[in-house]
Amino acid sequence: MIQFSQEKMTKVKEIIARYPEGKHKSALIPVLHLAQEEFGGWLDVPVMDYVAEILSIKPIEVYEVATFYTMFNMNPVGKYVLEVCQTGPCMLSGSDQIISHIKNKLGIAEGETSADGLFTLKPAECLGACGYAPMMQLGKHYREHLTIERVDAIIEELRAAAKN
Amino acid sequence: MKLLLENAQVEGIRYYETYRKTGGYRAVEKALKMTPDELVEEVKKSGLRGRGGAGFPTGMKWSFLAKPEGVPRHLVVNADESEPGTFKDRYLMEFLPHLFIEGMIISSFALGSNTSYVYIRGEYAWIPDILEQAIAEAKANGWLGKNILGSGFDCEIYVHRGAGAYICGEETALIESLEGKRGNPRIKPPFPAIQGVWMRPTVVNNVETIAAVVPIINMGGEEYGKIGVGRSTGTKLMSACGNLKRPGVYEIPFDLSVEEFIYGDEWCQGIANGKKLKACIPGGSSVPILPANLLLKTAKGETRYMNYESLSDGGFATGSMLGSGGFIVLDEDQCVVRHTMSLARFYKHESCGQCSPCREGTGWMYRILKKIEYGQGTMADIDLLWDIQRRIEGNTICPLGDAAAWPVAAAIRHFRDEFEWHILNPEESQTRNYGLAHYADPLEVVSA
Repeated sequence: MIQFSQEKMTKVKEIIARYPEGKHKSALIPVLHLAQEEFGGWLDVPVMDYVAEILSIKPIEVYEVATFYTMFNMNPVGKYVLEVCQTGPCMLSGSDQIISHIKNKLGIAEGETSADGLFTLKPAECLGACGYAPMMQLGKHYREHLTIERVDAIIEELRAAAKN
Repeated sequence: MKLLLENAQVEGIRYYETYRKTGGYRAVEKALKMTPDELVEEVKKSGLRGRGGAGFPTGMKWSFLAKPEGVPRHLVVNADESEPGTFKDRYLMEFLPHLFIEGMIISSFALGSNTSYVYIRGEYAWIPDILEQAIAEAKANGWLGKNILGSGFDCEIYVHRGAGAYICGEETALIESLEGKRGNPRIKPPFPAIQGVWMRPTVVNNVETIAAVVPIINMGGEEYGKIGVGRSTGTKLMSACGNLKRPGVYEIPFDLSVEEFIYGDEWCQGIANGKKLKACIPGGSSVPILPANLLLKTAKGETRYMNYESLSDGGFATGSMLGSGGFIVLDEDQCVVRHTMSLARFYKHESCGQCSPCREGTGWMYRILKKIEYGQGTMADIDLLWDIQRRIEGNTICPLGDAAAWPVAAAIRHFRDEFEWHILNPEESQTRNYGLAHYADPLEVVSA
């Protein structure tokens, strides 16, 4: 059954309280972030329906928002999503090479997940780390000043973390 | 002179105790003894211009705010920082959260906003924790909450995370997003100052603009207005990136020359790996790219400076814009066609799809640029690109259309020979870059 934990539900109520009475729809994007975290890293239709229910809005109001924003995944993703920035400034600093290295190393194309289910490569547009390029977003944090060696080390680090 | 980053290197400045010890929150004490109208007047006198990119006078924007009886008003800070090349607001929020919160408290008081919001891009996922901690500290010390310093003014600040959409940096799209909708820009009028979030009067300001309110109140608007050059008052945060020896966030005086900023020891220290400067986009990806010779000197042969007026000297024919301060540098090995293609892909990805010229045009431009970049282009494609960008510009609800058109237009305007070379040499262009070619060494140009 799709249901937020007690802790997450408290958080949802706290978020709704930030907006004026009757304007609870404003909580939609923050609550979708919580839902994506809680329910496997992506937003399946029943998850979006659940969010609609707790915010008392129509499911379509959730779908149209979820599909608009890049951070919401509409399909299952790997345990770790490598979001490598490919926009201008990162490109000048070698992001093309970083992306092709990841593709070769993991045997996946852009948007695909490795066979072991660990990694998804999701090229991203400007993430606001242009001075520390090339870079990628990994979960909540950024990994910056990437080199081929550093990417290899990150992948090893994540493989080790997944085993534990 | 540093007005914003003066204490950025002080250890522990992220936390309340240290920030307070360095003189933090003095501006709030001063502001709460003034009237909101007096504060708006100070900001007007300072000449502060919006630091998000458009450069609109902040005091004037504040004075447009409607004040109908019984309707709450809101300050919403635009921390959606998504313009390629720009990462200064992130620096401010990450390292000087209390400076930013202090600016928000004063601005909220000036505007009569009892509930203010920070709309932050979703990817800056670790920053809301930093801001929320600063907000909690400020509240625990009586700078936020009910009846601040006995003034009768109540204020709460909330951080609202977006979820990845460049368009939400446009103020009406940001407002839609804050209401829990797709980030589709609204048709103006009505302007947010009359009907903004939840149809209430709203002011949307950039993070750096709000932080600048602190030194303005501390020193007085008139004093602040004396710093700088002409209508470029105060200081500006620049985020320098691309092929520089020392990229990063810098607070610059407006009388700094572009050459000094790129090559000076105190600043970016020149081009990385001893290479030559080819081109630069001085104010975020949307503003026109300039070849080295036009970047360092204006078409009239005068030194170009890092301020609103000097960078736009010559209009779009031979100048550019200060924009958001995203300073992107290309060295001699970079390909302007490929770089423009990358930016075109960005705008295609980020178009909200509401207006046909932008929705269709951005994809069309990307596909043609890709064709040229991969050796499949024809001469007619260059004219077609020019034609498409011209039909996007000015024909969309929001400025994203212009922002997508300008980089393509400027690349063709200044680097047409490089596009032609790609088309005439389809095989060679796949194995090497065009290089500097038609320029002399830019440093020689400067000294000539």
